[in-house]
Amino acid sequence: MNDKERIARRVALEVERDTLVNLGIGLPSLVANYLPDDVHVFFQAENGVIGLGARPPEGMEDPDLTDAGGGFVTAVPGAASIDSAMSFGLIRGGHLDMTVLGGLQVDSHGHLANWMVPGKMVPGMGGAMDLVAGARKVVVAMVHTAKGAPKIVPDCTLPLTALRRVDLIVTEMAVIEPTEDGLVLREVAEGLSVDDVRAATGAELLVPVAPGQMRLA
Amino acid sequence: MKVAISPAEAAALIPDGATLLIGGFMAVGSPHRLIDALVAAERKDLTIIANDTAMPGRGIGKLITARAVRRVVASHIGLNPETQAQMIAGELEVELVPQGTLIERIRAGGVGLGGVLTATGLGTPVADGKRQIEVDGKTYLLETPLRGDFALVGCHQADYVGNLEYSLTAHNFNPIIALAADVVIAEPRSIVPVGVIPPDAVKTPGILVDHLLERAPS
Repeated sequence: MNDKERIARRVALEVERDTLVNLGIGLPSLVANYLPDDVHVFFQAENGVIGLGARPPEGMEDPDLTDAGGGFVTAVPGAASIDSAMSFGLIRGGHLDMTVLGGLQVDSHGHLANWMVPGKMVPGMGGAMDLVAGARKVVVAMVHTAKGAPKIVPDCTLPLTALRRVDLIVTEMAVIEPTEDGLVLREVAEGLSVDDVRAATGAELLVPVAPGQMRLA
Repeated sequence: MKVAISPAEAAALIPDGATLLIGGFMAVGSPHRLIDALVAAERKDLTIIANDTAMPGRGIGKLITARAVRRVVASHIGLNPETQAQMIAGELEVELVPQGTLIERIRAGGVGLGGVLTATGLGTPVADGKRQIEVDGKTYLLETPLRGDFALVGCHQADYVGNLEYSLTAHNFNPIIALAADVVIAEPRSIVPVGVIPPDAVKTPGILVDHLLERAPS
């Protein structure tokens, strides 16, 4: 199992049945592959559909039905198409139960930076700022380090996405919960020790109780 | 009853330097023939307010490539390297706005509101230079209304009075920008007799639409 699959399988356990969930593009979108059959959710794509479905069969793509990355999708029974004001009204208004987003950095305050690297990458924030500010639960799904450098840091050096404290960080090494007191290490991946995780983490990790082994869907 | 105009006639209405609201999300739901006509007319110095600049060779990306644009207000330019290159070279001014804030600023401009209070952007560069207002103990950013000289709306179909119907994820910014410009030009895929679009399916009432683009050549 590669790192991304491990992360997606762990995040899938956070998804509760009969909820509205928005998955970011890239790694977060893999979470949909690992939901148990008995967990029914509606996926939102912020460009305007509730009830996002899988990729359509070859030759049956509808040019008017894409996800937020511009890829062709289908819509599931019970889906609704909505305009951008409704879509972001749902996000900001507390109607979106959960979002899963990638991260460039998360810090000891639980602040996320995921939209720009000054001087290098300025793609724009798209919907990320609204999603982090507005979703009921925010899960960051990312690999633990970038070229060996920790992505979990004392204070973000990159511009923040929002002031809101994210609810959970899932990496291939660990599950970490940002709290008022700091980052609490909840689970450690099979075969790794707490010290292994600490060595790859730039911020202090609190371990009030012995962490469990990282669960996987 | 509207009179359908050609893409060239539509482009002739729009002067250099105009501010355009353009519908579409990564070119899905964009008014493609209107964009082509603006490129053909060699418009310059446009300000484009839209979700994104699509990608080179598609949708709004064609206007970027044609160097028809002086300023962009958008939430995302990441899939169009030409937008980024022109921005870095100082040839194109780009204001990045969170997507939910952008659509509400346009909505505010369209429905007569003096602005929007939102928590989105607090603690980020988006908040720089903006007023913060406390309401019932919560802090919000004041985001001001946006309007355009023209709204270029892509839609599924229109009827003869200009009622518009949209399709799936091609709604996106289109129904909102139709409220927020002095002149609204709609580009439907097909134009149908009055009554074919049931009143419940009309998302943009025809009274908002100034011009309909003639049907595409078959």
